[in-house]
Amino acid sequence: MKLSIGLIVNGAKTEVELDDPRVTLLDLLRERLYLTGTKKGCDRGQCGACTVIVDGRRINSCLALAVSLDGAEVLTIEGVAVGGRLHAVQAAFIAHDGLQCGFCTPGQIMSAIGLIQEGQAGDDPERIREGMSGNLCRCAAYAGITEAVLDAQKTLHEANQRRSA
Amino acid sequence: MNHFDYVRPASVSEAVAAASQPGAAYLAAGTNLLDLMKGGISRPSRLVDVTRLPGLDGIDHLPDGGIRIGALVRNADLAHDPDFVSAYPAIAEALLSGASAQLRNAATVGGNLLQRTRCGYFYDTASACNKRQPGSGCDARDGESRLHAVLGWSPSCIATNPSDFCVPLVALDAVVEIEGRAGRREMALDALHRLPGDQPERDSLLDPGDLITAVRLPAAARGFAAHARYLKLRERTSYAFAMVSAAAGLRIDNGTISEARLALGGVAAKPWRARPAETILVGCRPDATAFRRAAEAALASAQPSGDNLFKIELAKRIAVRALTLAAAGTPARMAALPASPFASATGARHDA
Repeated sequence: MKLSIGLIVNGAKTEVELDDPRVTLLDLLRERLYLTGTKKGCDRGQCGACTVIVDGRRINSCLALAVSLDGAEVLTIEGVAVGGRLHAVQAAFIAHDGLQCGFCTPGQIMSAIGLIQEGQAGDDPERIREGMSGNLCRCAAYAGITEAVLDAQKTLHEANQRRSA
Repeated sequence: MNHFDYVRPASVSEAVAAASQPGAAYLAAGTNLLDLMKGGISRPSRLVDVTRLPGLDGIDHLPDGGIRIGALVRNADLAHDPDFVSAYPAIAEALLSGASAQLRNAATVGGNLLQRTRCGYFYDTASACNKRQPGSGCDARDGESRLHAVLGWSPSCIATNPSDFCVPLVALDAVVEIEGRAGRREMALDALHRLPGDQPERDSLLDPGDLITAVRLPAAARGFAAHARYLKLRERTSYAFAMVSAAAGLRIDNGTISEARLALGGVAAKPWRARPAETILVGCRPDATAFRRAAEAALASAQPSGDNLFKIELAKRIAVRALTLAAAGTPARMAALPASPFASATGARHDA
């Protein structure tokens, strides 16, 4: 069964020929497009390491069939820095030690970008923690992650205000 | 994961025809189905992708004051819809207490209703499970059964329904719209899920090919907006299924309860509407004595199914606490930790 799908991955139109409908978005990104920044942790939707943004929403790419997402726009960790300049969330994770081993970090960063876009958390650390609970960090860098998300949110908010001023 | 055919029908009638074949399953977001398929628990030979079907992703206000929620509306979109949150705050709270943000962004309304139990023995293909493999037995009975059912279970199955969403929905008389081989029909959500009896492999009364197209709430469901809460006890504060949960809705006129709704989650194979408790509450003042009497009635037929006697008293306390929070009034803003008993709230006893 040949299945041809089109995706826009990090801004670039991408055609992929699938020989099997079982391919998840995660496996497509890693094994077909060699975008290995997105990590495979549990592969069951529990750890959040595979988080990417699809059509503006953060999802677990391990629980999405690629064939079902034909036509979707996908943003991965490889696509968030612009012209060699780190995304505000990436910079904040470094500044606040929001990582130790780094395996969960791409998923954490994509999830944080999604959370900030959703605009539900405000500046309440408890809401940030709740909003990030789908991303596990076995090094337990949670305190730094929460600080990083709060800080990046502030930076992005200020940048938006400057743009609209 | 087993091999399967993938089809993407263009209309509901094409979808029903494609899914009426033996071995076929509907695919929406797949957040539960793909997990089940990766574990070899579900092995559909054909997936019928319904995500592109037209007309199933709207939230429509009906002329009679009710609301129709399309089956493809994402859980997060419903939970953050401002009109929906103000009219049905307990449902929004239940949605936001479930899963993670990533899963809520993907998972659909219809999929939430039809998610399978999270019983560990159902998921472990090396264990005996009458729901997964009829006639094989139930390893949960002599196993880890702290989280299992205390109401409506049978010797063949003690699994619980994991949905938070369904608990306030069933309390508010939700109706499910279904498209099937014989056309369109509807049924009360309370009638959709089955108790296990001697056929635990059948979670619901749906027939092959049946597609849930919408969930409807009657106009009266809005009447509880001022006094509606969902409370969920779990083994960690976020991103966990309920040990016990309760949805409570009250209408209070001149200091007296004129109408009450109570449903429990995590206690049975279906969301458990507690009608005897509701009857007791009507005409009472909203106080601890009335709430405890109602909770006793709600759990009157409860029996431990294993190592879970504690859940019966726990469920009573969660019911009392949910009713107490509902009586205190729906908060203006959703708690930072939706449905958590650790969120502070006026009028709630933290030792209850």
